[in-house]
Amino acid sequence: MRRLSPRTAQQIVVSIMWMLAAATVGTLVFIIAFILFHGLPHVTWEFLTQSPVSMGRKGGIFPMIVGTAMVSGLAVIIAAPIGVATAVYLTEYTRESRITAVIRFGADCLAGIPSIIFGLFGFVFFTITLGMGLSVLSGALTLALMVLPTIVRTSEEAIRAVPYAYREVSYGLGSTRWQMVTRVVLQSAMPGIFTGIVLSLGRSISETAAVMLTAGSALGLPSSLFDSSRTLALHFYILSREGVSMSNAYATASVLIISILVLNVFAYWLMHKLVRKPR
Amino acid sequence: MTEPAEIRAKVQVRDLTVRFAGKETLRNLNLDIYPNERLAIIGPASSGKTTFLRCLNRLNDLQHTFSHTGRILLDGKDVYDPDVDLAGLRRRMGMVYAVPEPLPWTIYENLVFGPRLAGFRDKDDLDERVERSLKSAYLWEETKDRLHQPAHNLSGGQQQRLCLARVLALKPEVLLLDEPCSGLDPISTAKIEDALVELTESLSIILVTNNTKQASRVSDRTAFFLMGELIEVGPTQQIFTKPNHERTDAYITGQFG
Repeated sequence: MRRLSPRTAQQIVVSIMWMLAAATVGTLVFIIAFILFHGLPHVTWEFLTQSPVSMGRKGGIFPMIVGTAMVSGLAVIIAAPIGVATAVYLTEYTRESRITAVIRFGADCLAGIPSIIFGLFGFVFFTITLGMGLSVLSGALTLALMVLPTIVRTSEEAIRAVPYAYREVSYGLGSTRWQMVTRVVLQSAMPGIFTGIVLSLGRSISETAAVMLTAGSALGLPSSLFDSSRTLALHFYILSREGVSMSNAYATASVLIISILVLNVFAYWLMHKLVRKPR
Repeated sequence: MTEPAEIRAKVQVRDLTVRFAGKETLRNLNLDIYPNERLAIIGPASSGKTTFLRCLNRLNDLQHTFSHTGRILLDGKDVYDPDVDLAGLRRRMGMVYAVPEPLPWTIYENLVFGPRLAGFRDKDDLDERVERSLKSAYLWEETKDRLHQPAHNLSGGQQQRLCLARVLALKPEVLLLDEPCSGLDPISTAKIEDALVELTESLSIILVTNNTKQASRVSDRTAFFLMGELIEVGPTQQIFTKPNHERTDAYITGQFG
């Protein structure tokens, strides 16, 4: 067999990689375009601001928008402080040991559990055992558990990326460990931590299985944390699964996709804006 | 322990032995640092110079494998006493590192960081500290119009003078310098050396340097470290002209190191 010249081999490899990259981007673009094509024509001001009529066949998705914001917003508000605190503990307050390995391993295991299992756990624990019922609060707590590992690991990465010298400088100028962590390390790591939190928010918004079993699927506008609420993702699932209205399902999906896109773009923009370039 | 000389000394190091993970890096060190003097510490790589410096302000504590025996007295009080206020100790013994590391803020924020930690909030007092310390570090003229710009925009030499000024803003009693000019251009080096000479009107300086010429230019006394031991210490003139120890002579004349 004749050997390829290095030049030809190089060209082949590059074109293969190009095609693979194009396939990745192309798939994403295709999915988004497909959904927006079917959904956007039905997204009107009324659709965004009115309550659903006859199970969502007509009317809008306003309660779902509010419910999604409440459930995923609360989930992140609960998970972010715990996650960041865990990351600070792992990186600044303890040195590598069996305990940190166990915590990290636990976080990684949590990250790998399918969301329906979180839903099942939330249903049994929050909804039934703690008596919260199908509610915004049950859903938010369940989602908080689900995104916690992401927040821990991204915060940890961000904190580790802060140069070790900053810590020595801070100590050298007479700061306590707490002052060093809050004024130097967290401040420098904040863009990375924030990005992780925003990505977690995106994940909470798009979650379906876990909220179905914990936040329920009520169509009304939730007025308190103990009301059941249907999120956008779940609404989309029910509309299409039960054949209620495909056009409204696509419209809901469009709203969902656009809000997540906007969130991700915002997160990346913020990261580039805030992270200081190396000298 | 009550000889007059010992009462006069600002810092007294007694029988200091340092181990990292059980391995000795400093052995049985005895050294005094007097008020208003500039002591240079020279010696080849891994002779324990930096370790010694980091014992004084207890930065070695950050390494969990660190252990020590012996005593380090600042104004007669052991810095390793359990009741010592660590943050306060590090304010009294300011440190400048080999690599300039401005924190990722403005020049002004870098300078007031330490004083603010110490509880100084008064704007006029902070401004006064900023101006005075920048002047002492020979950096005022270059930065007075851009105090609120990022410190990372400064050149390497300016950054190092900023790090010196940042420490001076705390009005330290002892200044620890760990090869502060190792990566700097000659002009910045000269400015830092000038600053050091003037600074000893109000404080003591311990200067670790790989540059024997710098030691001879700047210091009153010079200590020679080798393999974790203090070989000899004496007036700089004498160490550089007729040292008592032949290893010192060999090092200074460039036969090893």
